Amino acid sequence: MKFFRKNRGAAQSRFPMLITLLTLIFLYTPLVMVVIASFNASKYGGSWVGFSLIWYEKLFHHDVIWNALLNTMIIAFFSTFFSTVLGTLAALYLYRSKSKFKSVYSTLIYTPLIVPDILMGISLLMLFVLVISVCGGWVNSILGINMHLGFTTIIIAHITFCLSYVTMVVLARLQEFDHSLIEAAQDLGASNLYIFFKVTLPIIMPGIIAGALFAFTLSIDDFVITFFVKGAGDTTLPIYIQSAMRRGTPAVINALSVIFLVLTFVFVFGTQKLLSRKKS
Amino acid sequence: MKLFRNCGNFFLGLPAFVWLLIFYALPAIVIFFIVFKPVDSNGGIGEGWTLQAVCELKDPSYPAIMWRTFWQGIVSTFVCIAISIPICYQLARISNVKIKNFFLLLIVVPFWTNFLIRIYAWKVFLHPDGALKHLLVWMGVIPQSTMLLYNQWAVLAVMIYTYIPFAVLPIYSVAEKFDFSLLDAAKDLGASSFYAFRKVFLPGISKGVLTAVMVVLIPAFGAYLIPDLVGGKDSHLVGDMIARRVFTDRNLPHASALSAVLMIAVFLPLVAFIWFRKIFGTKSPDDAKLQLKQQDTKQRLGSSLLFTSDTNVSQNQQKGEEANE
Repeated sequence: MKFFRKNRGAAQSRFPMLITLLTLIFLYTPLVMVVIASFNASKYGGSWVGFSLIWYEKLFHHDVIWNALLNTMIIAFFSTFFSTVLGTLAALYLYRSKSKFKSVYSTLIYTPLIVPDILMGISLLMLFVLVISVCGGWVNSILGINMHLGFTTIIIAHITFCLSYVTMVVLARLQEFDHSLIEAAQDLGASNLYIFFKVTLPIIMPGIIAGALFAFTLSIDDFVITFFVKGAGDTTLPIYIQSAMRRGTPAVINALSVIFLVLTFVFVFGTQKLLSRKKS
Repeated sequence: MKLFRNCGNFFLGLPAFVWLLIFYALPAIVIFFIVFKPVDSNGGIGEGWTLQAVCELKDPSYPAIMWRTFWQGIVSTFVCIAISIPICYQLARISNVKIKNFFLLLIVVPFWTNFLIRIYAWKVFLHPDGALKHLLVWMGVIPQSTMLLYNQWAVLAVMIYTYIPFAVLPIYSVAEKFDFSLLDAAKDLGASSFYAFRKVFLPGISKGVLTAVMVVLIPAFGAYLIPDLVGGKDSHLVGDMIARRVFTDRNLPHASALSAVLMIAVFLPLVAFIWFRKIFGTKSPDDAKLQLKQQDTKQRLGSSLLFTSDTNVSQNQQKGEEANE
């Protein structure tokens, strides 16, 4: 217990530590239950029938899930790309700008972070429905494109909510770096463009990569907004999981959840290791 | 030359601005517009104008649902913050960086885990034939007939579960910078531990707590999946009513009317929050210093989501500002 006491001799209450440990138990018990249930041979969960790997085996031969995964990846790829570009540009603007307009701009960038998913989902749905009902007819007759809810609308929605996160992460990185480097480059006569590509960009690259990873994870995870703006029959992985949950709780989902959990752990610990190595 | 650079800057910001204007601000306006439209026979939006959707808000079941959304949001925010403060106090006091980061990571991992899977974990956990149920029945706490799932308590538990990391992160990012020798000073002057905690530590982290209230309360008001998946007939919230109107009834104007109500409910605390921060910001020189350190709470929240320890951010930031001058 020695390392928990920072200050000389001051007796510290055990109460905060107790709360911390209880909270961790609270956070992890349900997750541990899923891991146990995934090895249960019983079809509908509940009581223990026997150890089995059958659900993992079924998962690997589940075409619908693989197809949903493919869709999820396609959507995540496009939305990550566009949101990273837009978000990085916005971060550069916010970093440099000193105008009054900046506060309006940052409100527009930051409020999407806390607005409930459902509001973003339904308002985008309304926009799309309205645009399709107003313009759908003549777009079809002139350009021959049939406007409908589908991958395009999902990707647009994902770009919209990922953008703010990318900006936030890149901006944090920009504010972290030593501005005198740019001044030094200017004093040495480098052009603005040269400074951007040779000084600014390499420095903020970790921030851009972190932002892109963030966007990618958010896109893969999103259910609510996708559910609102998707067309009939579009299935991403979260959409599939939700529909399976509503139909009952098929045991394959246990196995899928465990794989998700393992990947999350690897991902979070991996990025942590990567970032701490870069810092030292 | 300067004018040119400002113009260039403007064009940097333009794409994201236009994007958010079209796909974030405009849709919010469209909602208020569709409220006054009639329903189409095949689930779309009809021609002309009507007040029907507004009148439909008088549905007798709605006051109860709105009240439940309100109190569950408040209670889950309160519980999350009450739990997070001692956790952050504890985490900030751990001097071993490795152990500190490990604890922080344990709290962040559920945040990164797919939301649906976390809810699913609760369905397994509270399963009528699951371990917890058997345990509670065996202990005689509840009779065999009690359903743990599909009621408002399950909804509340899962909401608290989901939002704890949201509350911990902003509070921690402030608590980490708190100067704990102040607590010792208070104790040397004769304050009890709890008194020092209440009068010195709590005011010191008030900014983080305020942000935490924001990032828990607002999403909690809009909770949709949780009541949808672990709630029952008596535990609807505004969020899942909106979804029901869209997907079950295909009544978009009615859904818009409900969303407009939710939007206003979300907007009010948001404005209050910005106003509060302005007031807090210019209270005393110490506070101003603290504010300089924190710059923008939301940016800080973001960086702390990713870089679990970002102690050097604000220092460098200050350095940068000094260099600018």
